[in-house]
Amino acid sequence: MTQAVRAAEQLTDGNWHRLHPATPLLKGGIALLAIAGAIIANLREALIESFFGGPREEDPVSLLYRNGLLGWALLIALAFVLLFVLGFYVSWRMHEFRVTEDVVEVRSGILFRTHRKGRLDRVQGINIMRPLVPRLFGAAKLEVNVAEQNANVQLSYLRSRDADALRRRILGLASGKRSEALVEGGDAATARAVPGAGAGEGLPPVHPGDSGPAAARLIEERAREFLAPELDPDAAPPESVVTIPLGRLAGSIALSGFTIVLALVLFVGVPIVVATGAYWVLLPVLPGLVGSVGFYVNRIVKSLRFSIAGTPDGIRVGYGLLSTSNDTLPPGRIHAVEVLQPLLWRSTGWWTIRITRASNSSTPGAAGQANTTLLPVGTKEDVTRVLGLVLPEFVGETSTALLLTGILGRGEDGDGFVNAPRRGRVLRPFSWRRTGFAMDSNALLLRSGAVWRHLVIVPHARLQSIALRQGPLERRLGVNRIQAHTVVGPVDTELGIVDRETSVRLFEDLAVSAATSGRIDRSHRWAAAAEPEVEVESERESERESERGPLLEDSTVVEREDVR
Amino acid sequence: MSNRLELATVEWRRVSPKQIGVELVGTLISALVLVTVGVFVLVVIESDLGWAIIGGSVVLHGIMAIFAARRVRSIGYQLREDDLVFRRGIMWQRIVAVPYGRMQLVDITRGPVARALGLAELKLVTAAAVTAVTIPGLVSEDAEELRDRLVELAESRRAGL
Repeated sequence: MTQAVRAAEQLTDGNWHRLHPATPLLKGGIALLAIAGAIIANLREALIESFFGGPREEDPVSLLYRNGLLGWALLIALAFVLLFVLGFYVSWRMHEFRVTEDVVEVRSGILFRTHRKGRLDRVQGINIMRPLVPRLFGAAKLEVNVAEQNANVQLSYLRSRDADALRRRILGLASGKRSEALVEGGDAATARAVPGAGAGEGLPPVHPGDSGPAAARLIEERAREFLAPELDPDAAPPESVVTIPLGRLAGSIALSGFTIVLALVLFVGVPIVVATGAYWVLLPVLPGLVGSVGFYVNRIVKSLRFSIAGTPDGIRVGYGLLSTSNDTLPPGRIHAVEVLQPLLWRSTGWWTIRITRASNSSTPGAAGQANTTLLPVGTKEDVTRVLGLVLPEFVGETSTALLLTGILGRGEDGDGFVNAPRRGRVLRPFSWRRTGFAMDSNALLLRSGAVWRHLVIVPHARLQSIALRQGPLERRLGVNRIQAHTVVGPVDTELGIVDRETSVRLFEDLAVSAATSGRIDRSHRWAAAAEPEVEVESERESERESERGPLLEDSTVVEREDVR
Repeated sequence: MSNRLELATVEWRRVSPKQIGVELVGTLISALVLVTVGVFVLVVIESDLGWAIIGGSVVLHGIMAIFAARRVRSIGYQLREDDLVFRRGIMWQRIVAVPYGRMQLVDITRGPVARALGLAELKLVTAAAVTAVTIPGLVSEDAEELRDRLVELAESRRAGL
């Protein structure tokens, strides 16, 4: 049993634990250090000037010095620093978390106490983030994403080496695995990893004694942690199913809508300005142009080292060069998937994948896009590989063929999709041919768009409800709109034109498969499938039903109380 | 009307005709508000625009009142084996199916007019905000019975998100 696994076990024993000691410093102390640095720099200038007798200005420091108040000023500054340190210490003492069999809880705050609680069976994903500065300190932020908007529980900051093991423990608890199995599993996993000895936790331990003084060892440990691969080798297959070459990454960002705007400004706007001589127009635009360079660099740096791999506890998505992020999505947490191709990517054959989840991490995802992007850019082979991870039941030759016609097909008859009737072309003059659907035993596929090509996949087990709609114009044309309702997300799951009779049939089929898949689906306790079904909601919740019949308790409870 | 949306297999349960009263009162109140605005424009601002506001609102609400009965008749629901189906709308029709296992919350609300007429409104909430199923015009006892039945069905078919 390695140190990290033991630490994680200790952290999930159901008692309250404190976070990384440097937490307050990492959260707000950096700004304080910057202010202190500025004051010291100022002081140093004053000192240099007094030695070399430069032109003396009446700055506050020299004024204090002349009036003999420097001692007092220093004393006051010292008192402030002490007060801050005390405040940091108290806030660290008051910031605690605990992980029990059912919930993860965080309480914090000195004057205003906040208490946050997330239920483990509602966990939608766990994200470990290592922003650059905390990463240097060996600290990481762990965010448990719980269903419902704004219900995430953040543990910031933890020791980097504990974060991975803690995540595995929490996911293990959430998966419904029995705890004995959990301990054995964890042990076996680490035992496997040690002979691998690749990097990070698997490296041969530092032998005390041969490594010089403690400070050197500390630095060495930090460096090792910093350089360790993003994916914990014992929890994930070492290689990602997709690699994004730097050239493709740069190309994909260069071929974005932002570039078009930039090109317009440079090649149309600037010549006009030069021709008319109205240079003042450039003044407000110029900072934006300079900033756009930063935008490109930032997006590329953030997307570097993108990786996606399957683990027993779900998909791991990692990215980032300096500040890294590494998200694990347990199975059955993806409510809709969209494969889409922006117009400019058509020539290069690139695609991107977006997903709808019941809860998203609060930090932006790869390439600065919203965290709903699963694959920033990839070829169609990458798309099929990623979809194989996302929808494991949706693989095999027929499914892949269906998928490829879904993204590439032009909408010929008999291509596996049921397309919009010709009379619907008034509603979508360009894309009516491609507007169609296909249904598989596990998922519904909606295809649309001829210029911006989209393919939406909704697993039946995640369907919340289904709606048919018809307006006056659609009634004249004998068509309908059908919408597969999922949780709120970036993926639009409506199909604009469907033949009336076909749509009614589809509606009925979907209603049946949504109900049956929902019944069979056990992914909310994904590892408990083999064990007898445990009713997650107990009776104590049904007792609370009054006029309002709440079938579910809120996943997160935020309590605030004023102590003053 | 051959292209109307219709589910052949469903025998729709209609809501109480008293719901027409609720709709009419609602129409009347909104008409009164608009007419007041019109009078205010006429008297205080002394603009002829006031006549347009009054005339427009009277005509519009008149049409709404005429169609109130048909609008209420278009509301239907039915409990099927695995899901609840709901429909409403004359010009813009909408049919929704909500599997029992997906219901997160069943809520009863009563407005003042509806309460006077002994009616209640049943609201179904799933994890998807777009579901938006509200069955108005249920007789209070029926609404409570339906809520208990739905809660029971949802409990027995509960699944994850």
